[in-house]
Amino acid sequence: MLNQPARSLGVHIILIAYSALALGPILLVVMNSFKARNAIFGAPLAPPNATTFSLVGYAKVFKASLIGTYFANSLIVTLVSMFLVLLFGAMAAWALTEYKFRGSTALALFLSIGIMVPIRLGSVAILKMMRAAGLNDTLTALILVYVAQGLPMSIFILSEFVQQIPKDLRDAARCDGVPETRIFFEVIAPLLRPAIATVAVFTIVPIWNDLWFPLILTSSDSTHTITLGVQQFLGQYITDWNSVLAALSMAILPVVAIYVIFSRQLISGLTAGAVK
Amino acid sequence: MAGLHIDKINKSYGPARVLADIDLSIVDGEFVVLVGPSGCGKSTLLRMIAGLDAPTSGDIFIGNRLVNALAPAERKIAMVFQSYALYPHMDVRKNMTFGLKFTGVEPSERERRVAEAARMLRLEDLLGRYPRDLSGGQRQRVAIGRAIVREPDVFLFDEPLSNLDAALRVSTRVEIARLHRLLGATMVYVTHDQIEAMTLADRIVVMNQGQIEQVGKPLELYYTPANLFVAGFIGSPAMNFFPAEVESIEGDKVRAKGPTIARVTLPAGSLTRGSKLTIGVRPEHLTAGAPGDFSTTGAVELVERLGEASYAHVRRADDKLMVAEIRGRDTPAPGQTVTFSAPAEDVHVFDEAGRRL
Repeated sequence: MLNQPARSLGVHIILIAYSALALGPILLVVMNSFKARNAIFGAPLAPPNATTFSLVGYAKVFKASLIGTYFANSLIVTLVSMFLVLLFGAMAAWALTEYKFRGSTALALFLSIGIMVPIRLGSVAILKMMRAAGLNDTLTALILVYVAQGLPMSIFILSEFVQQIPKDLRDAARCDGVPETRIFFEVIAPLLRPAIATVAVFTIVPIWNDLWFPLILTSSDSTHTITLGVQQFLGQYITDWNSVLAALSMAILPVVAIYVIFSRQLISGLTAGAVK
Repeated sequence: MAGLHIDKINKSYGPARVLADIDLSIVDGEFVVLVGPSGCGKSTLLRMIAGLDAPTSGDIFIGNRLVNALAPAERKIAMVFQSYALYPHMDVRKNMTFGLKFTGVEPSERERRVAEAARMLRLEDLLGRYPRDLSGGQRQRVAIGRAIVREPDVFLFDEPLSNLDAALRVSTRVEIARLHRLLGATMVYVTHDQIEAMTLADRIVVMNQGQIEQVGKPLELYYTPANLFVAGFIGSPAMNFFPAEVESIEGDKVRAKGPTIARVTLPAGSLTRGSKLTIGVRPEHLTAGAPGDFSTTGAVELVERLGEASYAHVRRADDKLMVAEIRGRDTPAPGQTVTFSAPAEDVHVFDEAGRRL
């Protein structure tokens, strides 16, 4: 058994190493986005200094591309998908734990299969379906796909949390004459807030970062998302690294912002005082 | 305000029968306590009255309305839970008014009711607090307040004091008794604690294994328990039981003997020679030394001193322990052999099936 300081030192070394590993590439991207092209290649690990500092990448991105549209598209798709995943996920989690109906177990099982089967396997079928529905090259198509992709996991996680909510609360609300929908929205949902924040973070990161579905489902500039938009700077023969790094640096910001917003909600112990 | 009538209620979960043919009538304004060991079905019965569980068969009437098909809110009941079940994200005032919003009570009326309930339960200073900032006793008072503002026909309490510490339990018990007097409402109260049952109830319903063993006033149950279960359940420490057999009948006197009984003389009744009996005597009715119609001897093993009385745990001839209450300062020493006796009127006699004779 190690003594306490040595133990905590070891833990900290591991955590610092991991943080460096995770943050290193991001730091490189952000750092190099503020450098001139030669400096990027000359000394990729050096931070920008007075001679190498340049905003050329950002200037190009804003001038040469529809970056504003891409950003807006990414935000719309991510936020609408997140909202729908959370709403339907929480409602389904509540329904599946609270109401026992014919086929409820089968339905829960069917939904958890969605966690195991990667949605990309269905890409061709999804593309055909969207074509047939006249939805290809629309943000709606992306939103539908992402909702389908996010729901199984969110139902799974939220069900666990719903089960932890004391049954007496729901019984008390019923005795109080609160209608079932209001029980969900005004008693259960507020208590699920920490869980919902967790699921929100889990849901938005892969959606924001996704390249695959925008690539196959959107074709025009007006529907591209930021991840796809960045690709136009990556050529077969020349890559405009200034622009790529500038666009990527900017693409990080909204996710960080959303994470900060939701992490405030990740307060445990919100149910303290409900029972016992 | 209304009475409550339960007619042949059954409840089964698959093959397991939780409640069997329960019949019970509660008059308007009565305080009825359902008491029994855990798993006896008392909470299930309460939840069915509330409408939170449906009976497998049978009818429930509140007032004169058949309420089987009605939702909890439509039954004009209010329930107080063991876990308080306060809405954690609402302050005390909101906790009390939340349900009223949906039952069409005007805001001014809501305020009036909350103010009145808060005054009754001394919650005025707590209205703006959240449940997490309240002590256990305060939370339970808020839960009771939430029931009061609904102005229900019937109050249902599901072990409301079980989560409170001993001192609070006593004061909240008094509070509930006071409230019953004040409101004059019909109350059904579930507990496994027979002291709560004895102190609060107008009538006690003793339940065991899904059936009602006896219904009666607290002292009726204490002095004339209908069977061995009730005799053993009501009273603390529990009644001592002694196996016995009728030895001889002389006129209107019966002599019985048993391995742990020195002597017992009983009124004749329907006993015949050789009938097997169980004799029950409460600890508080056993007196050391004095002569009596019943007497038994054993070695004192342990003496618990409570102050106003002491409990002597006595090893009997059949190696089981019995308890005798000893008043006063003279307590027997452990190891001492003592003869305890009781007068015939304090001796309970049960037949082979456990029914009172």
